[in-house]
Amino acid sequence: MSILINGDTRLIVQGITGHEGMFHTQQMLAYGTNIVAGVTPGKGGEWVLDGKIPVFDSVNTAVEVTGATSSVIFVPARFAADAILEAVDAGIQLIVCITEGIPVKEMLFVKHVIRDRDVCLIGPNSPGIITPGIAKIGIIPGSITKKGNVGVVSRSGTLTYEVVYSLKEAGLGTSTCVGIGGDPIIGTNFINILSHFEGDSQTDVIVMIGEIGGTEEENAATYIANNMTKPVVGFIAGQAAPQNKRMGHAGAIIESGMGDAEGKIRALRNAGVQIAKYPDEIPALIKNK
Amino acid sequence: MRLHEYQSKEVFSDHRIPIPRGRLASTPEEAKLIAEELNDNVVLKAQVLVGGRGKAGGIRLVKSPKAAEEEASKILGNRIKDIPVRRLLVEEAVNIQQEIYFGMTVDRENGETLMIASAEGGVDIEEIARSSPEKIVRININPLLGLRDYQARNCATDIEIPHPLWRSFITIAKNFYEAYLELDATLMEINPLVITTDGRWVALDGKIIIDDNALFRHPDYVDKRDISAETPEEIEARKFGLSYIKLSGNIGCLVNGAGLAMATMDIIQHKGGQPANFLDIGGGASADKVSAALRIIMEDPQVKTILINIFGGITRCDEVAAGIRQVLEEIRTDIPFIIRLVGTNEAEGKKILADANLMTADTLQEAAEKAVALSLESVP
Repeated sequence: MSILINGDTRLIVQGITGHEGMFHTQQMLAYGTNIVAGVTPGKGGEWVLDGKIPVFDSVNTAVEVTGATSSVIFVPARFAADAILEAVDAGIQLIVCITEGIPVKEMLFVKHVIRDRDVCLIGPNSPGIITPGIAKIGIIPGSITKKGNVGVVSRSGTLTYEVVYSLKEAGLGTSTCVGIGGDPIIGTNFINILSHFEGDSQTDVIVMIGEIGGTEEENAATYIANNMTKPVVGFIAGQAAPQNKRMGHAGAIIESGMGDAEGKIRALRNAGVQIAKYPDEIPALIKNK
Repeated sequence: MRLHEYQSKEVFSDHRIPIPRGRLASTPEEAKLIAEELNDNVVLKAQVLVGGRGKAGGIRLVKSPKAAEEEASKILGNRIKDIPVRRLLVEEAVNIQQEIYFGMTVDRENGETLMIASAEGGVDIEEIARSSPEKIVRININPLLGLRDYQARNCATDIEIPHPLWRSFITIAKNFYEAYLELDATLMEINPLVITTDGRWVALDGKIIIDDNALFRHPDYVDKRDISAETPEEIEARKFGLSYIKLSGNIGCLVNGAGLAMATMDIIQHKGGQPANFLDIGGGASADKVSAALRIIMEDPQVKTILINIFGGITRCDEVAAGIRQVLEEIRTDIPFIIRLVGTNEAEGKKILADANLMTADTLQEAAEKAVALSLESVP
């Protein structure tokens, strides 16, 4: 078993004809993901990738024709919130938004629309999801992971690669790796993913990679203390970061002393989470479990 | 992107929120002229994008046009926290009866806008939040419903605004929310929002931060961006779409991805070194972008060694390596490089670097240890 994706996932790619969309569609196909269609308004009726994948003008039509259940979004930032809402409206159950740089205001509306719907939004600004050996949605390189019993959930992109790769190098495999996204407003938080891992028979231990900014990690700590039976190992990026300086993406900023690494590490330690001082330390902490 | 006080007040005024009479001056003569027009005691306020301007001597109350000219000549051209003062806001002095804090920001946890108010305005709201959080009123605004009258009214009663002023406060709050949305703000505040001795509302100071991701909708502000508070390196970095922040250490860092860049800084610190900067080249950077990034780091005179940590996904290791080689062919340097490349096109990238005879590392830990050792060694 795994979480969020499995062999039955039927995926569409929104923004399939763009540079990124096309490249990663190829990568996902090569990894074994069942991609049933692409969507690019104005390019409906075309076939891409040597005629393997049909393109539709709307998510609605793509769902009607192909029975798609999931969508991955590579649409440019200024159109991406609309793309998410279109997928929600068409009844897609799992939406993974890779796009970075969606205005916060747009995401406030998206967040409120999905609140009452039976839909799981991962991201935006997410590297996606990978269940090694089964499927991947998004841009996580397949070659850096191997199948195993460690569940990985993270707010960042390349740092996540670093961690799953160091697990693999140490002989440890991943059940599912989920990048929840680095933006201030995201669809699915740590707690949602932790609860999935808690109920997943393939996952025995969880790695949680947080970073400065917001209160996501503190909330997760409370959840872990009260609800998790499986061991959790953590790492918080940004211990050396100064206050009031945005570290790259929109979510990573320590504002008025809130959201610093120290507070997050303290909260997680109090919840029984073992904290790695740096990413390379994570495999050893897991082997001790 | 943060707006100046005068820009914030223009926004308030455009949205029917009362501000003091006055305007901008860039010379002492102009300051005098405005003071004459206002025909009252005036306040001179330095327009610089740093906090604590008042304590640093950037705000002055003067009682005559001549005094306005004299004081303006002292402030203009001077530096406040190292930033040169080029413009002053010259405004009528207001007789204050009560000062409140009023603001809105993003509630990340709930995915809503948060309206914040306090009966104790004029001072640092963060200080009040720490010392007496019970004095701060927080009300969430549902984006689909907008700010409702009852919410603004509850806010007014909670901070004990006199009953005759409720109606006008509700209007100000709703106009404020309208401006907040229109500007794609992530923070907007009036501090203080004052009630004058003759019972009027005036927004005495303002701060607005526009969501960088929404700046494409506000090109006029981008054109007017004030870069005087930024370092030349930060300005250069933005030109190339790089995310760069200068820090105080001596190990220059070049990394792809914000999380990994932070983790690289963290491990340097854990190994006993100090990062000279945060630098995220983003995803899929070209050789040109990499070489621009490297030049920015090399221009920092504090940098004693450079650590390049790339985990290739979208980013290709050979592009990064080509960018490094490009710089080294053009600039002679004694600064040692430690390079760690993993992921997409790793072998091709390593081949390019092997020809250039540079120090490499297989893991982040190894790279950090080598960089720290070199940074300590090279301290005279």
